[in-house]
Amino acid sequence: MNNFSYYQADKAKDATSAKRADKSAAFIAGGTTLLDLMKLNVENHDQLIDVNTLPFRGVEMTKNGLRIGALERMSDVGEHPLVVKNFPAVSQSLLLAASAQLRNMASIGGNILQRTRCGYFRDTAFPCNKREPGTGCPALEGDHRNLAILGTSEACIATSYPGDLSVALTALDAVLTLENAKGKQREVPITRFYLLPGSTPQKETVLEDDELLVAVTIPQTVAAQKSLYLKVRERTSYAYALASAAVGLEVQGGIIRAAKVALGGVGTQPWRSPEAEKMLVGKAPSEAVFRAAAEAALRGAKPREHNAFKVEMAQNTLVRALSEVAA
Amino acid sequence: METNQTKNAPTNVVGKPLDRVDGPAKVTGAARYSAEISVPGTVYGVLKTSTIAKGRITSIDTSRAAKEPGIITILTHENLPKPAKTPQQVEKWRAAQSYLPMQDAQVQYAGQPVALVVADTLERATQAAALINVTYQAEAPIDSFHDPKAELFDPQKIQQGKKDSHVVRGNPQQAFDGAAIRHEATYVHAINHHSPMEPAATLAVWEGADKLTVYESSQNVTMHQGALADLLGMPREQIRVVTKYIGGGFGCKGSFWPHTILTVLAAKAVNRPVKLALTRQQMFTGVGHREDQEQTLKMGTTADGKLVSLVHTKRATTSPWDNYTESNGKILDMLYACPNYSTTYELARANVMTSVWMRAPGEAPGSFALESSLDDVANQLGLDPLEIRLRNYADYDHSNGKPWSSKSLKQCYARGAELFGWDKRQAKPGQNRRGRLLVGHGMATASYPVHSSQGTARVRLFADGHAVVEAGATDLGTGTYTVMTQVSADALGLAPEKIRFELGDTRLPTAPGSGGSVAAGTVASSIMAAAEDVWDKVVKMAVADKKSPLYKAKPADVKVELGRMFLTKDPQKGETLVAALVRSGQPDIEGSGTGKYGAGYEEKNFGQNGADPNNDSKEKKTGGHSMHSFGAHFCEVEVDPDLGTVRITRWVGVHGAGTVLNLKTATSQMIGGAIYGIGAALMEETHRDASFARYTNADLAGYHIPVNADIPEIKVEFVPESDPYINYLGVKGIGELGMVGVAAAVGNAIFNATGRRLRHLPITPDKVLEALRQPA
Repeated sequence: MNNFSYYQADKAKDATSAKRADKSAAFIAGGTTLLDLMKLNVENHDQLIDVNTLPFRGVEMTKNGLRIGALERMSDVGEHPLVVKNFPAVSQSLLLAASAQLRNMASIGGNILQRTRCGYFRDTAFPCNKREPGTGCPALEGDHRNLAILGTSEACIATSYPGDLSVALTALDAVLTLENAKGKQREVPITRFYLLPGSTPQKETVLEDDELLVAVTIPQTVAAQKSLYLKVRERTSYAYALASAAVGLEVQGGIIRAAKVALGGVGTQPWRSPEAEKMLVGKAPSEAVFRAAAEAALRGAKPREHNAFKVEMAQNTLVRALSEVAA
Repeated sequence: METNQTKNAPTNVVGKPLDRVDGPAKVTGAARYSAEISVPGTVYGVLKTSTIAKGRITSIDTSRAAKEPGIITILTHENLPKPAKTPQQVEKWRAAQSYLPMQDAQVQYAGQPVALVVADTLERATQAAALINVTYQAEAPIDSFHDPKAELFDPQKIQQGKKDSHVVRGNPQQAFDGAAIRHEATYVHAINHHSPMEPAATLAVWEGADKLTVYESSQNVTMHQGALADLLGMPREQIRVVTKYIGGGFGCKGSFWPHTILTVLAAKAVNRPVKLALTRQQMFTGVGHREDQEQTLKMGTTADGKLVSLVHTKRATTSPWDNYTESNGKILDMLYACPNYSTTYELARANVMTSVWMRAPGEAPGSFALESSLDDVANQLGLDPLEIRLRNYADYDHSNGKPWSSKSLKQCYARGAELFGWDKRQAKPGQNRRGRLLVGHGMATASYPVHSSQGTARVRLFADGHAVVEAGATDLGTGTYTVMTQVSADALGLAPEKIRFELGDTRLPTAPGSGGSVAAGTVASSIMAAAEDVWDKVVKMAVADKKSPLYKAKPADVKVELGRMFLTKDPQKGETLVAALVRSGQPDIEGSGTGKYGAGYEEKNFGQNGADPNNDSKEKKTGGHSMHSFGAHFCEVEVDPDLGTVRITRWVGVHGAGTVLNLKTATSQMIGGAIYGIGAALMEETHRDASFARYTNADLAGYHIPVNADIPEIKVEFVPESDPYINYLGVKGIGELGMVGVAAAVGNAIFNATGRRLRHLPITPDKVLEALRQPA
């Protein structure tokens, strides 16, 4: 870890202005990803701007849905009664993630911006297009068991967002509020927040240099209330998903009126599947319908030698999640 | 004095579930682990390791690093003080790896130390190490025995020349070819890393030009002292190695690794105490691992399931210099009554560091092959897995013809089956469902040898009723402090709180390290021998003392039990050791003695040939007993057939391991063994990239060891077992036993649940899904 200066911002504008003035600076909230990556010399920042005292807190119901301050901690949000009751998939995605210690420390904003667990990215001895553009991607032929089968490119197959929360947020059409150094806020649907790797895997989100993620808003819908997050991994706890599914259904008169489907652990970004949703809406819930939706969701998958299993695993995970939420 | 005991010594405190005597110091932080010790003037060392796995260093630019504040020196192969000898120049090198990095520009494995920074703080040393720019001329490395560039060879000898690479008993191939049932299968074991909580650490303190103290995370201070003496060309007595507490080792701290001598040389270079701890990432390339390996087992049986032949071969990766590989074959040789057996080891050199013993080395992967194949044959013949094991029960050790010193395996099977409810098992695979989940029950046998060992201890009994007992053993965290306190208490007839047991220092009498499950049995024996020395002295004082009830008795007629001396023929007549000592006016009395464990103990106390008067069988050779502990694991798994996940839902382990010194610590150790085995069975795997010969998941987020949520309640019991041949107390080591057979029990349960045999560890969801795609 390099030496860095530390600046505790009192106002949002101070934080974002400091960031704009210093391209090498980073915001720090919980620090659970950032400090790891700095210790590994994967990220080197000459300044850390502490945003923890900024007023981006609170969990409250608004006319647009549930608004969650980006500085809320994972554990607090995961256990919040409004979240548990109205957005079970969000609560589950938070409480199935990481360990209790990490959940107590990590912020919602930091979680959404966490970086890949690809072993080649996290070890500077390896080439990596995401870390050092143009150096190559050893994961293509190497150890990619945990990596993506959807949204990949020849430059990168990392599950760029490896976590859980954003999978649930992606299914439930969450909107992110970003604030820049001019104090101006803009809203970006999470489905348009993450970028596919393409030929520029180093560019992971639409966040501008001086922008701070300040809030997440999740629309309150029937499907959100009847939602579920299912996570598959060999270790029961404290492990990233091999595959996961966030689903929400609105069923009326025995017919699916609305369906929300996103997959985790299989895409280079949290993977919303309109193809699966299309197969569900207007049909009566059944195992066959769920299976057809799951097959549609994985139709574009590009599996490789060591992650080919993820096609079937993700399909089965999705079928299971839909069956459980429909039950 | 009766030393040739035919039954184990009487006990009072031994066996009781005494709380750990070091518990309060550990939970309050008063216990200092090696990296937590500081002496005045201590500075910090940090290793820079190679990014390539094979090639040469062409330049090392330290200019940026050297400008950082607080940097004292930066050592590379160009300026590191030379040791007197490298390991390869030492005649009988005692550690697994014989290669010492930083002697020249060669790089032979990824993560090999290439520079060592010394600074006034850990943070400054760490950052300076990152700023060193090493350029290499890289060559394509060999990553494993699977590499097309790798060449398998017959090493002739494995494990530093201790074992042959080819062992044959009977006529195994012919017996296999003629067997009614022929089963052949290949088993794969992933690379595993020990991953103890406490990383390896060294604090090297030169107290003069030729006087060295090293605080090391060592499972064996004597080994570390000897290796340092060899490398430095110094007499052993000038080197002191201290290890007061260990936060787990599992074998990786029981061998000598480069960081220790590099730190010692750095301390010499800067003329100050240097402390160096490996980072978690460096733990994956700093202290060995369990090698990647593949075993093929041909098992021949009669039509009723009796073994007639086992033909075993193992292929594994080793380092460019050493022929280390776990001896998987030995458990296949001895576990059952099988007349024909062979094992063959083939190795291939790759650009990896030397692998090393890791908990139950050989027995753990060997039993996975044996116990999985046996389960297959049982299923094929419609036999209960317990029944096939009973049909092959070895009444003596078929590997050497010797009778067992003790064996309680039948009791373990019976009690384990009862505790588990084995009779309710559904024999036909794939029939037992719990909702969507498939439920399976599996079992496997455990065994581990009693390795012959010896050690010395010192006992100092004070007239005020306290005692200090010392042995240069170590405590991995498993309870050596506690159980040796109990042994000492009974030897002297004192309450445990009156005993202070000291270990972990080469200034103390030489004792074996914690490894190969020898510590408990050997150190207990040593303490008893030292206590006997005290008994002898006090008995002599008593029989010469007019005020003693034993006045004028012959010492040979006096017996000592639980700290009380009495006439063998009139036990009422006697007094305590302390009472006699108080009257003597001497403030204290000291004794020392050498205790043996295993074959050496038997030879000393029973003679080499008088082994067993009841042994008249022709096929049994004379020369004492075969000594092993035995046990049985029973487990239940739930397999999700759609998601491929496996969860352990019940576990029962019943073991016969001689006298249990402390029911609480022993039970914990057996639970830990099962958990360690479950990790290897279901999740532990280090991935080595084939092109770079470098690990891709070298941290504890990427290398999965079980968490609490993976482990159900584990029921452990010990069956009563008395063994007069192994040591005074009849203690058998239990460090490894609890892990042997665990992976097979899990695999057998998965087979029972799914009808699919998984032979590739770890059994992760991808492999389960793949197996379920195949027909049963």
